[in-house]
Amino acid sequence: MSGQGIGQVLLYCALLVALAYPLGLWMARVYTVPRLPFAALENGFLRLVGGRREQSWKSYAKTLLIFSAAFSVVVYGIQRLQAHLFLNPDHLGAVPSHIALNTAASFVTNTNWQFYGGESTMSYLTQISALAVQQFVSAAVGMAVLAAVIRGISRRSASELGNFWMDLYRSMFYILLPLTLVLAVILVSQGVPQTFSGHATAKTVEGVAQTIARGPVALMVAIKQLGTNGGGFFNANSAVPFENPNGLTNLLELLSILLIPAAQVFMFGKMVLQRRHAWMVFAAMFAMFAIGLAIALPSEQHGSQVLRASGVNIIQGHGQSGGNMTDKEVRFGIANTALWATATTDASNGSVSGGHDALTAGGGAVPLVNIFVGEVIFGGVGSGLYGMFFYILIAVFVAGLMVGRTPEYLGKKIEAREIKYAAVGALFVPTVALALTAMSVVTHSGLASIYNPGAHGFTEALYAYTSQTNNNGSAFAGYGATSFSAYFGAIAMYVGRFVPLLAALAIGGSLAAKKTAPVSAGTFRTDGPTFAVLLVGVIVLTAGLMVFPALTLGPIVEGLMH
Amino acid sequence: MARTATKLFTREIVLAAIRDSFPKLDPRLQVKNPVMFIVELGSAITTGIFFIDLARGHNSELWFVGAIAVWLWLTVLFANFAEAIAEGRGKAQAASLRATRTTTVARLRDGREVPAAELQRGDVVLVQAGDVIPADGEIIEGIGSVDESAITGESAPVIREAGGDRSAVTGGTKLLSDHLVIEVTQEPGKSFLDRMIALVEGAERRKTPNEIALNILLAGLTITFVAAVVTLRPFAIYAHTAVSQTILIALLVALIPTTIGALLSAIGIAGMDRLVQRNVLAMSGRAVEASGDVDVLLLDKTGTITLGNRQASEFIIVDGVNPAELAEIAQLSSLADETPEGRSIVVLAKEAYGIRGRELAPHEATFVPFSATTRMSGVDFDGRKLRKGAADAVKKFVEEQGGRTTAQLDEAVNRVARSGGTPLVVAQDNFVLGVVHLKDIVKGGMNERFDELRRMGIRTVMITGDNPITAAVIAEEAGVDDFLAEATPERKMALIKEEQAMGRLVAMTGDGTNDAPALAQADVGVAMNTGTSAAKEAGNMVDLDSNPTKLIEIVEVGKQLLITRGALTTFSIANDVAKYFAILPAVFAFTYATKAGQRGPLDALNVMHLGTPKSAILSAVIFNALIIPALVPLALRGVKYRAIGATALLRRNLLIYGLGGVILPFIAIKLIDLIVHNLLGA
Repeated sequence: MSGQGIGQVLLYCALLVALAYPLGLWMARVYTVPRLPFAALENGFLRLVGGRREQSWKSYAKTLLIFSAAFSVVVYGIQRLQAHLFLNPDHLGAVPSHIALNTAASFVTNTNWQFYGGESTMSYLTQISALAVQQFVSAAVGMAVLAAVIRGISRRSASELGNFWMDLYRSMFYILLPLTLVLAVILVSQGVPQTFSGHATAKTVEGVAQTIARGPVALMVAIKQLGTNGGGFFNANSAVPFENPNGLTNLLELLSILLIPAAQVFMFGKMVLQRRHAWMVFAAMFAMFAIGLAIALPSEQHGSQVLRASGVNIIQGHGQSGGNMTDKEVRFGIANTALWATATTDASNGSVSGGHDALTAGGGAVPLVNIFVGEVIFGGVGSGLYGMFFYILIAVFVAGLMVGRTPEYLGKKIEAREIKYAAVGALFVPTVALALTAMSVVTHSGLASIYNPGAHGFTEALYAYTSQTNNNGSAFAGYGATSFSAYFGAIAMYVGRFVPLLAALAIGGSLAAKKTAPVSAGTFRTDGPTFAVLLVGVIVLTAGLMVFPALTLGPIVEGLMH
Repeated sequence: MARTATKLFTREIVLAAIRDSFPKLDPRLQVKNPVMFIVELGSAITTGIFFIDLARGHNSELWFVGAIAVWLWLTVLFANFAEAIAEGRGKAQAASLRATRTTTVARLRDGREVPAAELQRGDVVLVQAGDVIPADGEIIEGIGSVDESAITGESAPVIREAGGDRSAVTGGTKLLSDHLVIEVTQEPGKSFLDRMIALVEGAERRKTPNEIALNILLAGLTITFVAAVVTLRPFAIYAHTAVSQTILIALLVALIPTTIGALLSAIGIAGMDRLVQRNVLAMSGRAVEASGDVDVLLLDKTGTITLGNRQASEFIIVDGVNPAELAEIAQLSSLADETPEGRSIVVLAKEAYGIRGRELAPHEATFVPFSATTRMSGVDFDGRKLRKGAADAVKKFVEEQGGRTTAQLDEAVNRVARSGGTPLVVAQDNFVLGVVHLKDIVKGGMNERFDELRRMGIRTVMITGDNPITAAVIAEEAGVDDFLAEATPERKMALIKEEQAMGRLVAMTGDGTNDAPALAQADVGVAMNTGTSAAKEAGNMVDLDSNPTKLIEIVEVGKQLLITRGALTTFSIANDVAKYFAILPAVFAFTYATKAGQRGPLDALNVMHLGTPKSAILSAVIFNALIIPALVPLALRGVKYRAIGATALLRRNLLIYGLGGVILPFIAIKLIDLIVHNLLGA
């Protein structure tokens, strides 16, 4: 590993904290103050959807589910009809139904799993009105839910969690849209295309005509990074120079992956007036991020035994990062690609700047585990922190007992109801991921998707279903689209999104109704380093124990063999 | 009843518990505990496999399947044993209680005689000295000394009398002197003794809210581990490895939190049992749990924080009187005074000035006892009138004799009052000699106890009828955090509600009928056994020793209960790491091997270097079973509670039960494997 590589990682971390903290404070304002600038527009919107009356968790959840179902239909419809609609300069045909369904599920659930090559399958209309719009909307849904859950934690003896429409509107127009515009403008200035013209044709030096795909790329890249979406305009995602032309854009796109999820931790601290606690949650997340990176980075630098024995020069040298450069952009080298792979799977992002399929066993295990723990290492926008609450509740419950009080979290007693929802929230998704993987590795239709033989192929399948159930969207590129994998993938994405989401809302509703007990010397403090260590321990133990057998047959055995 | 902590295991209890372990195998009982139910199901299936293999003559793995089946059954039996032994200790106590229950014939006031068991609420019975009191009731006539050792274990008799707060008697106790007329206050079969027996037997045991929550978490983890194990088979098929059902079941049982699942109910029963050993009866497990959460402790001043009575602490002279003279007159005026205050004056006079008690008989002495109207007491002696009493009363007395009081006296009186004491003015005829300072004496060691409570995070509030000045001084001296002066039952109630509104849990003790509403309102209300039956009905615990400082111990027991639950849950889950490292390399020892018959790459995970795959799996299962009885003593005794602050306590317990739980099974499984593999040749 080069000093330059380490320097880049440290710069990244410093910038992340420096940007996330003020953003978090702004976001806390967005979700708490009654009036924000341009209130007239908001009032107009809210009048249109039925006012700003606060909702109980059930009513909030109902509105959200109907809203998401409606958008699923819209996204599916547009894909199927795109051949007959406008903004289709390259005359692309209708998207096949299994792909369209998978894609609808994928974008409504903020997953952005892509069983298609963007530039060659989706018309501009589809890319913008179906996919890019969902990249905003689905991100805003997650953010809205988090705001509602946090209100549940901070309120006492209340039954309402807020208004879904208002939270949605504010997430989009006061957080996502401004940030996206800023990032898009910078990306355009660095050479990322933003156009509605069809593909360009160029003559190469050999005199051959070459088709160059382009389109409204900058906007889509900006939101795919900021909204933990990950679905790029191009098939090869952020490895393509048109999505990610240089070092500056790479740094900015990397920062955008974790920016909002990290800021939400500070937002939480501000909203519940527990900044020290928020810092400890941040510390736990950051520690796990750092551990992942500390495994992935050296693994990639060291390369695999096969690679080392092949005679390829993997020595680090001048202008050469060395290491396992298979499926990596020479422009970004080992450090940036490993950092991207770690961050994009810590968050529920799933955008890539290199091929995950070609990562070494250690480098590939890190993204897999990151996703498997439920993407709570910063995680998806909104979903990361509300997913973390499940683990926090379990940690507080078990450890809280050990200080000799019935457990409480931020003054609220944790009882059977909360534990039930937390257990569902934390344990349901990994269970589904394992079940779907199991099905796909022993059925003919499931095996058809696997590209590589042996342990690596197993990892592809495990990664595919882990990624989809957890709404990440990145893939070990080998995993192919069949109707089997498309339909089961759609199911995986829907349950993976909405079961934890509803569990989180239910916890918010349940906590809101409780009284708050004051802190005493006998209270288990959640604002010290002991809590951060405990939280990491609980995540590693609960999720780790579940995935360990599968890991053994995937990356671990692969690492031991090669 | 057990007076001191009995030995954890006696031969009889252990033997009875072993006997009781078998009927508990009934699946209808097991299903209440999902974790152990899964184990039982696994045991049944492996047993089935064993017999099918036996019938088919598959002999290669037969011993292995049989051994796994045996150890799985043992796991269930160990869990049953843990519960049975916790119940058994209660049963032994119940049996000794039952022995004291009486089949006495009760004499009604109208002369009829009926069996005690048929007494109805409202019946009035007559009890003579030497009789066993037939039922719980209130004394409506008479006074007598009662031997309550059957209930409390305390052999010294106590006085019970009609009216006031000492009028309750308990069925099964024995009247030693005099005779009493008692009105029965219980329904048949619902006496205090009946309830006590039911409680210690655990017959009324319901799962507490926290137990339910923990059970949900354990069930969730179990389902998840079922998924992890069930999916392992397809995963193994993909990797061309055969995994037998026996191995999958063994892995599942090893992974699910059997340790805590097996010990959970034993921990709950033992918690109640520990209270019983401290002579406290909790009416529900919920109350025991709540006592661990108490934030505020309301303690009565008199008898709890201070010794029952005020004592003389100082003689203050006025107007240049000789101090020894004041002491002497004060002593003379108190010689006949049998109140504790009077006696303390005599003691102080002797200690401070060496004035010894004198025989007044030769002299012409007339005692003037204290009365509420004169508010003085004293002695008329050799024509002298010696008096001591409340300042204004004595001043009036002196002035009536033609004397005068000075500003110096007022100053001395005020000084004593300001310091929280009670001034007692001493006079001879028309002349005031000075003031005796009567003071509340704080019991020894209270300061330390309150410090300890503070470290537990519990605030103590002293409740007293004194004026705020007096209360503040004693509060300061005793080291309580707060006080409620001039307390009335209404103000006490208001204080509890106020604290509860702020989200705090309140505990209090009480004995009087006027305490009953507050006892009912408090989250933990401990009624004194000497108290009225109204108080005992209202509280959710009864302290048989009637010791108000018992609350502190009750809180500790509640905390211990929760800590033990948390510690064993953590331990149980932490154990899984080692079990994975024992079983997975064993299962996949030959997976992806380069040459047939050779160990594959995953053998590298066999960090414990366990003998063979079969011995490894068997060792993990044996460890999983043996850890249950090994932890029974801990479950029954409880993890020790230390008032070292929540964070320090958590860190300590996480190190012991979390980190310890990760490390210990690595060592233990290795040792078991050494025996199983090297000695038994598996």
